[in-house]
Amino acid sequence: MGETAHEIALTVNGVVRRTRVPGRRLLSDCLRHDLGLTGTHVGCEHGVCGCCTVLMDGEPVRSCLMFAVTADGHEITTVEGLADGARMSPVQRAFAECHGLQCGFCTPGFLCTVTALLRENPAPTAEEVLEGVSGNLCRCTGYQNIVKAVHRAAEIMAEERVEEA
Amino acid sequence: MKPPPFGYHAPRTLGEALDVLAGTGEHGKVLAGGQSLIPLMNMRLAAPAHLVDINRLGGLAAVETGPDGVRVGALARHAQVERSAGAAAVQPLLRQALRLVAHPVIRNRGTAVGSLVHADPAAELPAVLALLGGSVRLARRGGTRDVAAGEFFTGPLESALRPGELAVSAFFPALPARSGTAFREVSRRHGDYALAGVAALVRLDGDLRVAEARAACVSAGPVPVVVDVTAACGAAPAGAADWEAAARAVRERIEPEDDIHATAHYRRHLTGVLAAQALREAARAAVEDAAGNAGNAGNAGNAGNTAGRAMGHGAGDAAENTAGRAMGRGAGDVVGRDGGTAGQEGAHG
Repeated sequence: MGETAHEIALTVNGVVRRTRVPGRRLLSDCLRHDLGLTGTHVGCEHGVCGCCTVLMDGEPVRSCLMFAVTADGHEITTVEGLADGARMSPVQRAFAECHGLQCGFCTPGFLCTVTALLRENPAPTAEEVLEGVSGNLCRCTGYQNIVKAVHRAAEIMAEERVEEA
Repeated sequence: MKPPPFGYHAPRTLGEALDVLAGTGEHGKVLAGGQSLIPLMNMRLAAPAHLVDINRLGGLAAVETGPDGVRVGALARHAQVERSAGAAAVQPLLRQALRLVAHPVIRNRGTAVGSLVHADPAAELPAVLALLGGSVRLARRGGTRDVAAGEFFTGPLESALRPGELAVSAFFPALPARSGTAFREVSRRHGDYALAGVAALVRLDGDLRVAEARAACVSAGPVPVVVDVTAACGAAPAGAADWEAAARAVRERIEPEDDIHATAHYRRHLTGVLAAQALREAARAAVEDAAGNAGNAGNAGNAGNTAGRAMGHGAGDAAENTAGRAMGRGAGDVVGRDGGTAGQEGAHG
């Protein structure tokens, strides 16, 4: 009630989006409620579960541990922005192929985290994959297939690089 | 849950930030990484009336390395400090500790200085600053002061920061010559707060005998507990020092508490085990460091042999160390506090 609204502009999945938010609006809620991008899921709202992970300027961050006003002027990529048009991204295809999801609640966070992980480290070791996804929780206990999917995504990306070259 | 309302301030300059903090006094809190503060606000455990967001003060993001040490700006993220080759070369304990802070994604936002100001006795960086005898630089309108680590941490989540002050940087002194460091901890799940953890520093004299050995313990008292174990372990060659005696000295000094994660008794035991491991590893690193420097001075033969002997002596430790890590890795269940480990800050202690 009577809270000051702040004008912000975020570049979300390549499109500039302007909205007005109170200072306390979490980035996760801004994406979901103000911008209608409900692909970003909200689990614990204190940084433990990793469901709300999005990319800010290319780096994975918890959108529940950030105020939308702080993200003003930055580039955000959500799960909706990972695909190339109708074609799923290599990470998305690998998750589908390896059955890396059951209920799908944690999946947007995993996809964003893994997309950044493989961008930084295209051929991670088994241990690096475990470390990389250790901040994301899956309550369907689907970790084995998620880990397989990360390795498969790395393979797909390597194959595509060869094809392009 | 959602954070309670607050007045939001987004200063563009340090001067403006200090003016706002001077005006809001004890009602103002600084927001940097927010990886501890925002969870507290989301859970309604903190409700600052005013938040001063320093994320636009790009000048505070520097990590400056020099022969004396590493100065980390208030906006330098854990990940940025962790990646800094310069910082790792000057003070390797920084990277060793930062790899244990929460998860990589949290480290992308959390700040090193915020973690210090948050002053959680279970966090890694306060122990690092305390072990190294570093300091925190506090700015207020019209002045700046440096507070030594020993005076900075005043209680659980309490620091010497006063209302109106902003922690603009922290200074981590360089590793002395012929020295090594290590950080060991055990947590229920990877990325959680540690049940127990020990940062260690060992410095050798010219004959590669232990000249100085210190351990800083996390989750072992209201503030990081630094124990000088130089006397306990004896002025022996690095490979023959009595690290078990050092571990006993550590156990006697700490004051861990019971909670749902571990009993005080178990924490005391574990801290001793980790202290012996960390000190041994730091001593090995010190021997290597001495060998490296001696090599540069044209003495590689002798020192190299000494390093080899000291390394060989530690052969049994490898298995022990792996076990320690495995204990820290439980796959396990969900409830945890790992969101909080990383950075942010508080304007009042």
